Amino acid sequence: MSRLQVVSGKGGTGKTTVAAALALALATEGKRTLLVEVEGRQGIAQLFETEALPYEERKIAVAPGGGEVYALAIDAERALLDYLQMFYKLGGAGRALKKLGAIDFATTIAPGVRDVLLTGKACEAVRRRERDGHPAYDHVVMDAPPTGRITRFLNVNDEVAGLARIGPIHNQAQAVMKVLKSPDTAVHLVTLLEEMPVQETADGIAELRAAGLPVGRVVVNMVRPQVLDEAAVRAASGDHREAIARTLVSAGVTGGAALVEPLLDQAAEHARRVELEREQRAVLDGIGLPAYELPYLGDGADIAGLYRLAKELRRQGVGAA
Amino acid sequence: MTERTPGPERTPVPERNREAVEGTAVGAGGLDAVPALEIDPILDDRGTRIIVCCGSGGVGKTTTAAALGVRAAERGRRVVVLTIDPARRLAQSMGIDALDNTPRKVDGIKGSDGGELHAMMLDMKRTFDEIVEAHADPARARAILENPFYQSLSAGFAGTQEYMAMEKLGQLRARDEWDLIIVDTPPSRSALDFLDAPKRLGSFLDGKFIKLLMAPAKVGGRAGMKFLNVGMSMMSGTLGKLLGGQFLGDVQTFVAAMDTMFGGFRTRADATYRLLQAPGTAFLVVAAPERDALREAAYFVERLAAEGMPLAGLVLNRVHGSGAAGLSAERARAAAENLEEGRMGDRGPGKTGLRGVPATSSEPSHHATAADSSARPSAARPSAAPEAAPTADVTEEHGTDPDTDQDLARLTAGLLRLHAERMRVLAREQRTRDRFTALHPEVAVTEVAALPGDVHDLAGLRAIGERLSSPRGGS
Repeated sequence: MSRLQVVSGKGGTGKTTVAAALALALATEGKRTLLVEVEGRQGIAQLFETEALPYEERKIAVAPGGGEVYALAIDAERALLDYLQMFYKLGGAGRALKKLGAIDFATTIAPGVRDVLLTGKACEAVRRRERDGHPAYDHVVMDAPPTGRITRFLNVNDEVAGLARIGPIHNQAQAVMKVLKSPDTAVHLVTLLEEMPVQETADGIAELRAAGLPVGRVVVNMVRPQVLDEAAVRAASGDHREAIARTLVSAGVTGGAALVEPLLDQAAEHARRVELEREQRAVLDGIGLPAYELPYLGDGADIAGLYRLAKELRRQGVGAA
Repeated sequence: MTERTPGPERTPVPERNREAVEGTAVGAGGLDAVPALEIDPILDDRGTRIIVCCGSGGVGKTTTAAALGVRAAERGRRVVVLTIDPARRLAQSMGIDALDNTPRKVDGIKGSDGGELHAMMLDMKRTFDEIVEAHADPARARAILENPFYQSLSAGFAGTQEYMAMEKLGQLRARDEWDLIIVDTPPSRSALDFLDAPKRLGSFLDGKFIKLLMAPAKVGGRAGMKFLNVGMSMMSGTLGKLLGGQFLGDVQTFVAAMDTMFGGFRTRADATYRLLQAPGTAFLVVAAPERDALREAAYFVERLAAEGMPLAGLVLNRVHGSGAAGLSAERARAAAENLEEGRMGDRGPGKTGLRGVPATSSEPSHHATAADSSARPSAARPSAAPEAAPTADVTEEHGTDPDTDQDLARLTAGLLRLHAERMRVLAREQRTRDRFTALHPEVAVTEVAALPGDVHDLAGLRAIGERLSSPRGGS
């Protein structure tokens, strides 16, 4: 598996949850992973039910088999100040620059610079080694911006090339692109079996490919069990209402007759959804990418759910050599 | 996730369902305590001039904005909907294949009161270019448009979209051709960016830093650097080192060329901000009954209050209901087990389904396609939920009539299991809503029942508008 796993997806598809589950899955059996977020939303802290993450790598979960998940909320401003300190010993000047609004300019307004700082920090974690020469992290998983912005976000070189043609930001962009375009990186797109997210996933993959960025997998999230299909519902809504009512009563459900209609309604909705999901699956198959599928968590995405998703990812081959 | 077809047939019944949910799984504080958000009075009030739909990504903001547009137009308003990044299908649903930076009239609006709907999609670069062209003489405008820094800024800056949405809103309002403007907000990293980005750009354009950058340009390009004091040149030097001198040069040239326009930017951004605080504006916070979306919604509600911006209420999309909410998940599950154990001895416990179709043939998405693996680029599409009940994939050759008691038991057990799952979703949605309500009991809410698929036409938008305007989600 690639060392840097970037997880994107349309808003509302659960990309933060998937990124966290992937980090857990990759940490299983004694590995160490770093889960990073780049959008300042503190989504990871919310998910793991801890206080807001500081700008430092901190252990947030233990994976089955003794693995560890660390987390980091990358902050562009802090990354820039660190950077200035590291390369120019400019701790004090950094504060002066901040006061002038120059840091704000560089991290929020100058196009692309912010993204270079964010992706740069993640790439640094990928390359970092312990004293004994082992990588500091086996894998780095990034909870990245949504599908609509992912290509632009990762393609920092293009963004910055027109502006900073020389200098450290330029060099940094080059170094970052080298990692991002290598097989060391895989960009995954999370989707639901619904029309809009699937369409956006298809568009996103085309954009990533056009930019030469390595597309990993499609992650189909929130897949729900299929209990009845359309044929069954057709059968049920025929002349069997009375029989169904009797069966309900025999099974111990009181008020069976009044329940038949609403239960059949729900079944019809379900069947319709199954059909739509089938159509969307066909579209995804047409894309020609391998996929992971994750079940819908009926009780919401909590820690228990995360571990369940991580287990599911392992079962589907995540972390296999 | 959507379960319902738009149209005249029965809509879900959260009304009944709410009582049942409160009575069973969920504690007190249900929606009855929450004020209902009445959409129609807002649309009908001629004093309402701007409606802003905001919320986190993927909650149906754009669809909500479009549905409100259709409904308002059909109730006699002259409406323009400003969308930011509509899905193709949504644009098509308004009969417009290529939404662009100019409002286009939407055909097919029904209504006897002379209402009209226009729709447009924000093109941030085009909007920025137009401002430059409108406020600078041709030579200067060309210099700005060709500047590399401008080109990146207008196409790439994370806040440009938000800023230009504000600009466009101001322009549309100034034209006074429409009596209602409905704005969708950009898919930002956080819903609050819409309010913050214009200020951020404004403070940059106004700030010390820009003056510093402009100083050398004003006194004669980079040669002027030597007149600056040591502190400033050190700073410029640092930035030059970091970004490359040419980058800074581009910024300086850009700033010099834009010089006379900065005042205008700031003034207009401030004016639009004030417009958003005015009584003619109504903010609708859009969310889905999910933890993250409602958390963002709560932030937004608090922020609007802090900024003195008028919140009309919360639109809660994709709410599930059940007409059989009196039957709890537990009882439904127990009954399903009764049926399965009593009459389906040939199948393992926990399995539901119909007919004698073997369970293995039943997951069309997984196992069935293993056979025609040519259709699949890789074998890696394993089954999603191991404990998920296998599908009862009834085929025609097995017949579709439940003739025997056994068939009937299977079918009924399936209906009950579906219902148990639905009740679980209802309970979770209710818990999430209760958390929001506990924080913001004053916020009026309208619920929109989940739809089975995406909207493809005006009829679909109309159906959503219908749901929006019945606060309890049903009619």
